Amino acid sequence: MSTKKTKKKSQWHDIWRQLKKNKLAVISLFVLIALILIAILAPVLAPYSYKTQDVVNANAGSSAEHLLGTDKLGRDILSRLLYGSRASLIMGFSAIAIGAIIGIAIGAISGYFGGWTDNIIMRLLDIYQAIPMLLLCIALAAVLGPSLRNAIIALGVGMVPGYARMMRASVMTVRGKEFVESAKSKNCSTVRIILKHIIPNAIGPMIVQITMGVGSCILSGAALSFIGLGVQAPTAEWGAMISDARASLRQYPTQALYPGLCVMISVLACNLLGDGLRDALDPRLRN
Amino acid sequence: MNPLLEVKNLKKYFKTGGGMLHAVDNVSFTLDEGKTLGVVGESGCGKSTLGRTVLHLLEPTDGQIFFQGKDITNPSRKELRQLRENMQIIFQDPFSSLDPRKTVSEAIMEPLIVRGGMSKADMQAKTRELMDTVGLAARLEHSYPHELDGGRRQRIGIACALALEPKFIVCDEPVSALDVSIQAQVINLMLDLQEQRGLSYMFVTHDLSVVKYISDDILVMYLGQVVEKAPADELFSNTLHPYSKALLSAIPVPKYPNNAQRILLKGEITSPINPKPGCRFAARCRYATEACSKPQTLVECSPGHFIACCRYKEIQEHKEDNENA
Repeated sequence: MSTKKTKKKSQWHDIWRQLKKNKLAVISLFVLIALILIAILAPVLAPYSYKTQDVVNANAGSSAEHLLGTDKLGRDILSRLLYGSRASLIMGFSAIAIGAIIGIAIGAISGYFGGWTDNIIMRLLDIYQAIPMLLLCIALAAVLGPSLRNAIIALGVGMVPGYARMMRASVMTVRGKEFVESAKSKNCSTVRIILKHIIPNAIGPMIVQITMGVGSCILSGAALSFIGLGVQAPTAEWGAMISDARASLRQYPTQALYPGLCVMISVLACNLLGDGLRDALDPRLRN
Repeated sequence: MNPLLEVKNLKKYFKTGGGMLHAVDNVSFTLDEGKTLGVVGESGCGKSTLGRTVLHLLEPTDGQIFFQGKDITNPSRKELRQLRENMQIIFQDPFSSLDPRKTVSEAIMEPLIVRGGMSKADMQAKTRELMDTVGLAARLEHSYPHELDGGRRQRIGIACALALEPKFIVCDEPVSALDVSIQAQVINLMLDLQEQRGLSYMFVTHDLSVVKYISDDILVMYLGQVVEKAPADELFSNTLHPYSKALLSAIPVPKYPNNAQRILLKGEITSPINPKPGCRFAARCRYATEACSKPQTLVECSPGHFIACCRYKEIQEHKEDNENA
């Protein structure tokens, strides 16, 4: 038991050691951790509540009182940004979790069994993918009502075909390898082969896509909120904040700039971390 | 005594766009306990398919397989599980037959975990014992396959195959991906294991010098069919089939001047898809006549020596004439 534990620990240690070599990935990791901490600690960090209105000071610039100024309703932008990270991160991580788990399961089954199973699943996904994602989200929001939860479901479901397709391609290259046949000859059940041999070997390219997907989900979530289908006022969300600032973009560009920067930084951090993780997770690239 | 393994008229066809591909066609053989059957032939002659079909990694199209006297042609799920504990395979390429994400001990332990019924400590002890048996140092147990050289990887493959203590192992070109110096080590290891454990091997290879060294009986295959079957010594001293002769003449002889005559085959290998009846080698055979277009049967020309060539007697005489002249 104890040997197993030390070994597992050393495996993670190994990955961390590899990841450390990639400076950008480490910085990204810290940025993401900081974002998560900010999301958790928002009520402590924020100088004001996200919905306190200071109408006299509406559309104010930076000052000691309001570090990043206020929006058209006089709400403190810094506080709203801090609170907004909650909705954005929840949206990014939950949507990707839904999309990736369902997508990986479908892709693994499709790729491993091939033949008719594969044909039917792929044709269904083709039909599904022919529906534009944004329209699908709008339709879902119309049916379920616009809210954070429904935006997450819509985004997650929308990610499924992409991940399923990618997983399928990856699984198909792994399926033909001799070690799968070897596992079969060692009496491994199909479930065991898929879970223990196929998925661990096929998931490498997916890790990158999943981490990057968090970024794109934050982006799409912001877009959904921007068109009013995601988070509802007065809850703070970066996309909704950009949307609010749109009307007065010429006079007060910073109101849109700050949430935009937040989206950009978090998406970039996800992408760079994904890149670093791919290299670190593949034992063949280690040395 | 019953033979350990008996294969009767085994057929494996694959459906392709152009028709049925006859990968293994009417192959029969028996294998006694503790013996080695060498299967030789050029690439694509169905020798690996034969091994995989016997192990039910591929389902046979037709024919029968008996293991320890029991018909195992259509095993139930449960029977197949039991069967696989007795029949294992060592793969050709240790680079692709090992899961790159499993350490040495994980790979060797896996068959034990799947079989179940052993405590974790017992499995670990068994794994160490197996590593020791195949000559892998204990310090390598947490290494990944890509960190090891080909010889060590193939030792892992052998340890995995031995984990369930099988009686019969199909060796699918187990040394052809290795350096020559390591080939000898691995073959000696396999011979030692055979002696200690009374294993039976079906040794699939295209390397004739290896097969001569290791086999009791040899099966020569051409395009899915057995063309000649004989005890190893007999086959090498009294080769009858023109194809076997050509094949054996390809063994390099470390001697100068080299007087051995190399028989070069001309022409393309016939397509295995929907083959015509008759000798499949006829198109490349210099002795081919009208008679060769009829189906050939395997006949016993001397005790234990089978040949599927209707003209072998004439060819033999022809050869003697040449020698007398």
